[in-house]
Amino acid sequence: MASHADLEEPLRRLRTRLAELESFPESPARNRDIQKLTEKLRRLTREIYQNLGPWQKTLVARHPLRPYTLDYARLLLRDFVEIQGDRAFADDPALVAGFGFLSDRPVAFIGHQKGRDTKEKIRRNFGMARPEGYRKALRVMKLAEKFGRPVITLIDTPGAYPGLDSEERGVSEAIARNLYEMSILKTPVLSVVIGEGGSGGALGIGVADVLAMLEHSVYSVISPEGCAAILWKDQARAQEAAEALRLTAGDCKALGVIDEIIAEPPGGAHSNPVEAIETVGRFLRSELEKLQKTGLEKLLAGRYAKFRRMGVFEGSPSSK
Amino acid sequence: MWFRSTKTPRAPRDPRTSASLGEGLFLKCDGCRETLYVKEVERNLRVCPKCGYHFRMPIEERFRMLFDEGEFTPLFQDVRPSDPLKFKDSKKYKDRLKESETRAGRPDAALAARGKLDGIGVLIAGLDYNFMGGSMGSVVGEILARGAETAVKERLPYIVITASGGARMQEGILSLMQMAKVSMALTRLGEARIPYLTLLTDPTTGGVTASFAMLGDITLAEPKALIGFAGPRVIEQTIRQTLPEGFQRSEFLRDHGFVDLVVPRASQKPVFSNLIRLLFG
Ligand SMILES: [Zn+2]
Repeated sequence: MASHADLEEPLRRLRTRLAELESFPESPARNRDIQKLTEKLRRLTREIYQNLGPWQKTLVARHPLRPYTLDYARLLLRDFVEIQGDRAFADDPALVAGFGFLSDRPVAFIGHQKGRDTKEKIRRNFGMARPEGYRKALRVMKLAEKFGRPVITLIDTPGAYPGLDSEERGVSEAIARNLYEMSILKTPVLSVVIGEGGSGGALGIGVADVLAMLEHSVYSVISPEGCAAILWKDQARAQEAAEALRLTAGDCKALGVIDEIIAEPPGGAHSNPVEAIETVGRFLRSELEKLQKTGLEKLLAGRYAKFRRMGVFEGSPSSK
Repeated sequence: MWFRSTKTPRAPRDPRTSASLGEGLFLKCDGCRETLYVKEVERNLRVCPKCGYHFRMPIEERFRMLFDEGEFTPLFQDVRPSDPLKFKDSKKYKDRLKESETRAGRPDAALAARGKLDGIGVLIAGLDYNFMGGSMGSVVGEILARGAETAVKERLPYIVITASGGARMQEGILSLMQMAKVSMALTRLGEARIPYLTLLTDPTTGGVTASFAMLGDITLAEPKALIGFAGPRVIEQTIRQTLPEGFQRSEFLRDHGFVDLVVPRASQKPVFSNLIRLLFG
C-alpha cells in the first residue's frame, strides 16, 4: 500500500454510490438503500480504522487533511498570541509558539507546523524545524516558567531539518539544550503527538510530565523509509520497517514511553477534525488540572523518574 | 536517518577501529597516503607520524591513555542488552548482539570507569564504535546516566568520549528516549556544580550528537572528526548539492561556535587535567 488513498478506496467507492443514490428521486426503496449503505459505510470505516497496521497508521498520521498545531490553537485557545523569533538568528515557521487561554487557563502553546498547500508547505518546510525553531521553543518555555504558565507542546514532524544551514547553526546543540532545559523546567509540561513523531526533531519539544499520542499517530527513532533504506537498502520495504520499529501509540504505551492514548473519531482525525481537536482539548484540560495540583518538587522528581526509567535491559536495576 | 549501517563482521576489518591496525606490517595513511609501519602508528597513539592524521582508537586504549598508569575500575558491567522489540532485519538483533559481544569483549557499546587523571579522581564513560557503530540503545543510555549519577554521588568530574552513529534503530523508540534519559541525568551534575566534559571523536552523529555530546560544560573534539546531526549523505540528498570541504568536521564546529577546542590526542590528558583544575575543587 503506497498511499492513504489506497486505504480509503473501499470507503470512497461506497461514498460515490451513496451520492448516486441520493441524486435519485425519493422512494421507500431508495431511502432504505441509503440507510443500508450509510450503515455499511459506518461499519466499514470502523472496521478499517480499528485494524490499521503500523504502516497504515504512518500514512494516516501523515494525512494531508489531519489537523495541525495551528488548527488546535485556533479551536482550543482564546486570545492566542504567536511569539516569533529565537533572538539569535531568525524565526522558524516550521515550529510555532505562543500564549493563549485554554478555557480560562493561560498556557504556553508550542508545536511543529506543516503546511496545507504547496506554498505553505514550503514556507513551513514540511514541519521540519531548524535550530532557531528549537531555540524559539525554549525561549517561550522559559517565559512560561518565569510567569508560571504551563507548557503544552504538540508534536508533528518528519524530523528536524537535515540541511546544511541547520548543521551550521547547530541543530544538534539546539535539540540537546531543549532536552536538558525541559528536564528541569519549573512548570508543568504536557505533550501530545498529533501526527508524526519523527525522531530527535520530535523529542526536542517532547520532554514532558505527561506524554500522550493520538490513536493513529506514530512516534519513532527513524522513519520507516529511512530504516528500510539502511537495513535493506530498499525504501520500498518501509512497510516491513514500520512493523519492526513498533511505532504505534499502542506500542509506545506498551513500551512505557507514553502515558495515554487519545481516541480519534471513527474515520481518523482528518474525517472529523473538530471532534478530534475537542477530544484533545478535553484531555489537556483534565491533565492540566491534575498537574497544577502537584507541587513543583514532586513534579520535577516525577519527570526525572519517568525518563530515568525508560529503556529495557538486563542486570541490576538503576539505583533510583 | 542517523544510523550508519554496521555490517558484521567486517571483512576486511576496519583498520581504524579494530584492536590492531591490520594484519600486515604496513598501512596506507588516509591523510597523506604515505605507507606507514603499523607498529609505529600504534606506538604513536594511532596518529600518523608524517601528517598527524588521527586513526580511530578503541575505547579501552583511550581509557589507558587518560587514566594514570592506564589503571581504572570498570563500572556497571552487569548491565546487559535485551531485545524489547524482538527486532529482526536481515539478522535477528539478538544474534547481532551476540556477535558484537564476541568481537568486542563487552555486552554493549558503552564503557564506564573510575580512576585518576593526573592524580584527580574522575569518572570517564565512552562509546565503542566497534560495537554496532557505537549506537545508543537502552544499555548505552543506562550506563551514561548511571555514570552521571555516580559522579554526583562521589563528586567526581565526568568525562564522556563519543564515537557513535546515533540511536540504535533495533531498539526503536526506546533508543530515542535514551537521549532524554541521559540529558536528564546530566542536569543532576549541573545542579551539583560538577564539571561535565566531552571529547567528540570520529564519528559522532545523530541522537548522540543531539543530546549528551553537545551538553558539555567544555567540549573538546579530535582533529578532523566527523560531528553532525544528519549524516553527510542525507544532507546531500536533501539539498541536492555537494557539501563544502571540511563540512561537519571538528574545525568547522569550532569555527561555528559549537566546539571549544580541537585537541590532538597527545594533548588530551593534559588539557582535561588543566580544565578540571581550573573549574573544580
Ligand atoms: Zn599521514
